[in-house]
Amino acid sequence: MTQHGEISDYLSVHQLTKKFGKFTALDDISFSTKLGEFLCVLGPSGCGKTTVLRAIAGLEKPTSGTIVVEGRDVTQLPVSRRNVGIVFQSYALFPNLTAEDNIAYGLKQRSKKAKGVEGRVTELLETVGLSGMGNKYPAQLSGGQQQRVALARAMAISPHLLLLDEPLSALDAKVRIRLRSEIRQLQKRLGVTTIMVTHDQEEALTMADRILIIDRGKLVQMGTPGEVYDKPATPFVASFIGSMNFITKVRKMEDGIFGVGEHRLKISNGRGARRVQNGEPVMIGVRPEDVMIQADGGDGINTLNTLVSAIEYRGSLFRLSLNLPISGNDYTTIDADVPSEKVRRLGLQENMHLPIHLPVDRIRVYAA
Amino acid sequence: MSQLAIEAPLERLPLSQTIDKELWIRRLLIGLVCLWMLVVVILPIFQLLSKSLMDNAGNFVGFANYVHYFKTPALSNSIGNSLFVSILTTLIAVGLGFLYAYALTRTTIPGKAFFKGLAMMPLFAPTLLNGISLVYLFGRKGLFTTGFFGTIPGFDIHLYGPVGIIISEVLFAFPQAVLILSIALNMTDARLYEASDSLGASKIKTFFTVTIPGIKYGLISAVFVCFILAFTDFGAPKVVGGNFNILSTDIYKQVIGQQNFVMGAVVSVVLLIPTVIAFIVDRIVQRKQVAIIAAKSVPLIPKPERLKDTLFLTYCAFIALLIVGFYSTSLFASLVKVWPYKLNLGFWHYNFSDMGGGGYAAFFNSIRMAFYSAAFGTVITFSAAYLIEKSRQMRVLREISYFLSILPLALPGLVIGLSYIFFFNAKGWSIAGMFIPNPLGFLYATMGILVMSNIVHFYSVSFLTATTALKQLDKEFEIVSESMGVPFYKTFVCVTVPVCMPAILEIAMYYFVNSMATVSAVIFLYSANLPLASVAVANMDDAGDIAPACAMSILIVLANLLARMLFGLATKGVKNEPRPGW
Ligand SMILES: Nc1ncnc2c1ncn2[C@@H]1O[C@H](COP(=O)(O)OP(=O)(O)OP(=O)(O)O)[C@@H](O)[C@H]1O
Ligand SMILES: [Mg+2]
Repeated sequence: MTQHGEISDYLSVHQLTKKFGKFTALDDISFSTKLGEFLCVLGPSGCGKTTVLRAIAGLEKPTSGTIVVEGRDVTQLPVSRRNVGIVFQSYALFPNLTAEDNIAYGLKQRSKKAKGVEGRVTELLETVGLSGMGNKYPAQLSGGQQQRVALARAMAISPHLLLLDEPLSALDAKVRIRLRSEIRQLQKRLGVTTIMVTHDQEEALTMADRILIIDRGKLVQMGTPGEVYDKPATPFVASFIGSMNFITKVRKMEDGIFGVGEHRLKISNGRGARRVQNGEPVMIGVRPEDVMIQADGGDGINTLNTLVSAIEYRGSLFRLSLNLPISGNDYTTIDADVPSEKVRRLGLQENMHLPIHLPVDRIRVYAA
Repeated sequence: MSQLAIEAPLERLPLSQTIDKELWIRRLLIGLVCLWMLVVVILPIFQLLSKSLMDNAGNFVGFANYVHYFKTPALSNSIGNSLFVSILTTLIAVGLGFLYAYALTRTTIPGKAFFKGLAMMPLFAPTLLNGISLVYLFGRKGLFTTGFFGTIPGFDIHLYGPVGIIISEVLFAFPQAVLILSIALNMTDARLYEASDSLGASKIKTFFTVTIPGIKYGLISAVFVCFILAFTDFGAPKVVGGNFNILSTDIYKQVIGQQNFVMGAVVSVVLLIPTVIAFIVDRIVQRKQVAIIAAKSVPLIPKPERLKDTLFLTYCAFIALLIVGFYSTSLFASLVKVWPYKLNLGFWHYNFSDMGGGGYAAFFNSIRMAFYSAAFGTVITFSAAYLIEKSRQMRVLREISYFLSILPLALPGLVIGLSYIFFFNAKGWSIAGMFIPNPLGFLYATMGILVMSNIVHFYSVSFLTATTALKQLDKEFEIVSESMGVPFYKTFVCVTVPVCMPAILEIAMYYFVNSMATVSAVIFLYSANLPLASVAVANMDDAGDIAPACAMSILIVLANLLARMLFGLATKGVKNEPRPGW
């Protein structure tokens, strides 16, 4: 399990489709993971995340498509032959068995040598930071501790693949944040390829090597946290991860130049801008934290005059709502996140005129 | 230092073909469950239906028997009689049961556990005993009829006939009504009451706009259950029915009295129709309910109210006194030398040696039968419920099995008994010109058929208890163990059974108690060399030996109370282990 990088695609899913009756829960999903990778499946409730995981585990027979592990087609194999460790949101710890017995449950089936099992359970307990708690029953453990037992139990069988379905969502915020890094560290140390389902974007951004974003059964984007945040493939991804301002009724004038009413915006090629034909209507997006206010200088390019319509305090920063006239009486609202220090220094207030600057390389172009 | 060991995977035993084998075992078992229900429920009922379409010589006569039935007023009048007594019983039992359940759940009266326990008392007695107690209270030489043996002027309530039947059946149905309505009243959401209060609604208005709609489904269920109980019971009407004919006693008279099996089958079908309708309506209603209780509700905690609490305490005490008085009378009567002349106490009637019915041999046969029914019944019911609830394969077959499992709820004991005679006594069947000998004929007149009839008779309630308990388990247990390569039967034994132990014990007790007390199914199935206690009660009562019949009933009650106590102890033992989530 430690020879990283030998096989480039450890798990690959090809054109996975799953229908429940007439309802299509998963629609033609393909992706692959490398050995030892930590993959997060992210998406809104009901989009099919759990179904993806269940298909990979062998709990749900795909309607079509294949699942390949280590070059072997496992689509038809039952869960018990796929060597996967599973952790559910509910943990599913056996309430009548102690933490130790829970962890040893799968081991006893595999190894007849009681000694080996015992030693291994002790190690696993130590690994998840529960040394000495082995003889407690699940009910005597806190939520976070139960989660660790569930993790240890899943790891006990040395799985090739670890599948986690919203493992942290039942925990309170503090514990959740601590367990994020613990799980990640453990996973790195053991080098086990892991797929985690979550609907919490922050969790996905902080933990994952790569993120898989699903919307209504379709795979909309796959990439590193940086990629999906900086280059969201669709407006859906952009607003699901972080937030983004959208300006509609934009037209491409010529290469790198777009028109918004009477304004002209320069947008660097490559950010989706190249694919558009001249004259074609598009939509552009810019994240609130990328909106610069004019006091920062700038050379007049992409400078727009706005009116501050509202200021909302958000602790370390303020969110400004800015009205941008487009043409005639038509205007659009743009949110801008500005550090508190700057708002105070510039004495920003509502109803103030404020020029803003949209950096050439921070604007995304989407089909309208 | 420990990491290395973890990274080096433990030597893997071949996970093997056992998996496919396991899948097949599961399929096979689900198939067996279906087959079992087919053999013990569907085929016998089918046999009964076909018997009702034949003459006594076995020739097909179509609906001729039914035509004859409805043209003979002596027979068909019983339908009206049966409906009359069971509807009245239902109204009274549900009314009394509602007040009692209300007191137990919505007031702050003391001694709730005591009152609840006492209300369950009739569940432990054969219904024959209800009739016998009534005879001692209101019969020709009854306590009240003779004015406490002449101390005060007596009065006659004309016990024999509808009066006697209704009183016994109310007593019989009362515990069920209390149970169902208590559950319903407990489930209602406190927030509704707060809302009603804050809107300034009066108590009466709140009662009719919040309380009653809130327990609607429980109320409907209680009505159907009480109706079915009263409509199909046989024990009490046999003792106090007099010349007032009802369907259940008619079946008995046709089969045992006149050996007219065909007419017995016809009356059985007539008895079956309203029961099946009640069953289906109740199922439809209960299905609707699921959606409603799914939402989380806030439990209602009653507040003390002087007047209300006093009234309800008085009511409960009154009912409790009636129940205690009722059963004490029979206990007393069983110990009295010659009622009402020689009132010295002793155990004369507990010596059954010169009586018909089988005496202590019958009693111990009953204990054996109840024990086997509890043991086999619990294993079969719980395993079947597990396979149906916790499998992922063979959905259609599992749904059919589920339906078949709750179907016995609609089958009166007499109908089960009679159809078992027909089915297990059949020499064989000619199907498409081929004669197939009956492979189960050997069970006829054995302990086996008695136990089987009990298991079927009390199957549905046990099955639903098991299913409810299983539904409370995390549905991921099976998946987790499967992913670790642990066979499902191991998880069943190591996790499912221990965690469900309270429900399992409850099922076992339910089987035992009911098998001890029942008379309706087994009265057709016992044989002379396998006498049973409850049947002995019926036969001794028939022969006019009412005191020994009473004594035997008391023994049955005592055996059941003992079983209940053992159950209490066992449950306590189980509950002391740390078993979270319960
Ligand atoms: N067994 C099933 N039968 C029918 N429909 C199903 C079944 N399982 C899932 N679905 C449907 O498929 C869709 C995706 O379900 P899934 O459980 O994968 O969602 P999810 O992304 O995990 O949602 P959540 O975040 O709420 O857990 C849902 O619309 C769900 O109703
Ligand atoms: Mg899910």
